[in-house]
Amino acid sequence: MKKSFDVLVVGAGPAGYVAAIRCAQLGLATACVDEWVDDKEMPVLGGTCLNVGCIPSKALLESSEYYAKASQEFTEHGLITGKLSIDLATMMARKDRIVKNLTQGIASLFKSNGVTVISGRACLLDKRRLEIIDKSNKRTIYEADNIILAAGSSPVEIDAAPLEGDIIVNSTGALSFDDVPKRLGIIGAGVIGLELGSVWMRLGAKVVLLEAQERFLSIADEQVSAETLRLLTKQGLDIRLGARVVGSDVKAGMVTVHYEDVSGVHEEKFDKLIVAVGRHPNTNGLCADDSRLLMDEWGFIHVDENCRTNLPGVYAVGDVIGGPMLAHKGSEEGIMVAELIAGNQAHVNYGTIPSVIYTNPEVAWSGKTEESLKAEGVDYNTGIFPFVANGRAHAHGETNGMIKVLADAGTDRILGVHMVGPACSELIAQAVIAMEFSASSEDLAVTMFAHPTLSEALHEAALDTGNKAIHIARKRK
Amino acid sequence: MDIEVKAPGFPESVADGSVVTWHKRPGDLVKQDEVLVDIETDKVMFEVPAQANGILKKIVADVGDTVTSQQLLAIMDDSVKTDIPAKLNNKKQGKGVVDTNLETGPEEGNTVPGKPAPIAPSAKNLINQHKLDATQISGTGKDGRILKEDVLRYISSQKEQEPVKEKLPELRSELVTKDKEPPAKASVFIDELQDETRDKRVPMSRLRARIAERLVEAQHTAAILTTFNEVNMQPVMDLRQRYKDRFEKLHGIKLGFMSFFVKASVEALKRFPAVNASIEGKDIIYHNYFDIGIAVSSPRGLVVPILRNAESLRFSDIESTINNYAIKAKNGELTLEDITGGTFTITNGGVFGSMLSTPILNPPQSAILGMHKIEQRAIVINGEIVARPVMYLALSYDHRIIDGQEAVQFLVTIKEMLEDPARMMLEI
Repeated sequence: MKKSFDVLVVGAGPAGYVAAIRCAQLGLATACVDEWVDDKEMPVLGGTCLNVGCIPSKALLESSEYYAKASQEFTEHGLITGKLSIDLATMMARKDRIVKNLTQGIASLFKSNGVTVISGRACLLDKRRLEIIDKSNKRTIYEADNIILAAGSSPVEIDAAPLEGDIIVNSTGALSFDDVPKRLGIIGAGVIGLELGSVWMRLGAKVVLLEAQERFLSIADEQVSAETLRLLTKQGLDIRLGARVVGSDVKAGMVTVHYEDVSGVHEEKFDKLIVAVGRHPNTNGLCADDSRLLMDEWGFIHVDENCRTNLPGVYAVGDVIGGPMLAHKGSEEGIMVAELIAGNQAHVNYGTIPSVIYTNPEVAWSGKTEESLKAEGVDYNTGIFPFVANGRAHAHGETNGMIKVLADAGTDRILGVHMVGPACSELIAQAVIAMEFSASSEDLAVTMFAHPTLSEALHEAALDTGNKAIHIARKRK
Repeated sequence: MDIEVKAPGFPESVADGSVVTWHKRPGDLVKQDEVLVDIETDKVMFEVPAQANGILKKIVADVGDTVTSQQLLAIMDDSVKTDIPAKLNNKKQGKGVVDTNLETGPEEGNTVPGKPAPIAPSAKNLINQHKLDATQISGTGKDGRILKEDVLRYISSQKEQEPVKEKLPELRSELVTKDKEPPAKASVFIDELQDETRDKRVPMSRLRARIAERLVEAQHTAAILTTFNEVNMQPVMDLRQRYKDRFEKLHGIKLGFMSFFVKASVEALKRFPAVNASIEGKDIIYHNYFDIGIAVSSPRGLVVPILRNAESLRFSDIESTINNYAIKAKNGELTLEDITGGTFTITNGGVFGSMLSTPILNPPQSAILGMHKIEQRAIVINGEIVARPVMYLALSYDHRIIDGQEAVQFLVTIKEMLEDPARMMLEI
């Protein structure tokens, strides 16, 4: 049976579903295929982000944050509670409810936009054709003028710590433990490891992170990663750098991890171990051998700046093409492709993609780091403002962290903004908007910000770039 | 439609000017504010800018022609702008463009110079600070937005282009004219960018401007000459030495020199009425009273409060009135009444160390007496060289109503009065 569409989107994650909705808005006959099913074997939309990624982790971070605040900070506010206890099942149920709401939301968006939903596993054939195998192994060939591959990514597995039951898990398993582990080991101190580590540490686990790289958070600006390491360590996360896991054993409900660092080989015992060393693209079996889709050696689909693959009419977006594996990057790529298919102009500005880590304090950044500017030989000015000098931060009781603005020394154009502190996940948007409009630090400095807000820290950092900050006394040359 | 290009309004003192250079020829495209023609007058060089975008149609006053204030120079057609957009990308419309390098990129299109583009806040500040024309700057930001860096780039390119040209109009227009409007847009936008440590441009205060106006007026209208003499101040100084304490005790005010100068002047003015007179049109007005202006330095400039009816003032009155005026002047409290009128003025540069000067008339008065520094000098008395405190006197006068002989004799009278103070008392 042949079915044909204007656009067929493979994957209903943030890249895929956004692309599908935009295509439908532009009047294209669109279908979206996804093989994801929930634990009741029901097809569900939203991909990794909604089901086992962004959303559930943020829900747990929120619940665990409340617990941490209640246990540690309530007395300061004059709020007296008895000893607090945790009902993990309720917490998980809340998380599941949120996920369900949102995935159902996408289903209704698809319905109202007229996007055809297909449940099954897709395989790219030649000549703009896809074969889709459903639950019952029925195969159907679909044809489309345009195909958008948004198959996403999955957690990487390592031989030194193969997944085992609920003892050695990946990020998906880590989001649904039955109990709070007493001792939790995490391989990888990247964004995912830090967020998951924060959740369980707040709920009472003793968390040890084993990071193979010598440098902590090498993707972020050095000053920011140093400050983040300091603050997270102070909270109780045991972060060990340069620690490479070489093996593990599971015995009697515990896992022993063997790792190597400069001082030799070490051993640690944990109740649970999370493997969070990265994600790989879901291109295994995505296409038939004779489709001749071009990929690199890691399986990332090769595309040009407009997300076109080497096959005519076939695009690829999101995690499956590599680059920063961020939901919003995938979504914007999806929109660009939809517009291009409809014959409009569109492009993605890769220079100002915001990155966020949802620990407490939050970490967020966009644009260039100081290291990259130095490496490029660009002359720049720096403006820094610490949250300890911000009134709202004091009212919140969250005075750790700072905002840093980097501006070109000649043109004053903002080249990068780096933040660690309260609500930085929200504040970074202001910086991205400014950079999108090629703003100079002076443009931000002359903009009025409400008081008292945390956003003022960005305002003052912009002022500081021109040596005009009001709320800090900095001696400058 | 046709618009007239006219010469600017010349100040009263300027009768006419001549057309020196036409920067555009008929048929040329013209941008608003672009300089069309240079007009030279005795006092000032005017650059006449275009009032709108368009094409120069016809030149009426060509190079070398003499033109008067507001005379017609040329005709321009400003309806040209409607034709130009047809050549542009249909996304952007522009007005009267001179250059044809119209770059319209897809998203981040550069603005076409001449069309107002969105401007970043920091760019706005720079534009205002340097008094630039935003329509001349092309924007490279989103939607053709003018960014701070675009303005900076524009400024540095202007700096390279024409530094010399900007200086000339400045030099020639230094003379203050009575013209209330600024000369037809002497288009020096970028002058502030010249090194500010060498020149500092400060607008004149109203007072200074007014003073300047009147002084220039005085110089234009009167035939001003100055005659000099010297006076041996020993007798006055002896008198002061002997009586100053008693004077101060009894009258409550210090005995200075001004009362002597005023008294001496009044005596001399009585004998030479022309010096106390003023010209009005073709008439000479002789005043039967002696309102002596005393030039006083105030923080805002020179002011001349008037001693009314000085002929009936006592020494102590003169001193105290002058003292009050000095305080008022220092505090900026002199009223218009205080400084209006006067038949004769005394100015004392001596307090500042002036040895000799040629005071300028205080219109409509016909003469002004300048007092100077009292200094020990070698003079000859009875065939002998002696050291005496000597002061030079200067009398500037309007030769239209005061003859040379009168002026000289007037000054001699003052000298004699001061050298023999008893004569002031006895009015001889």
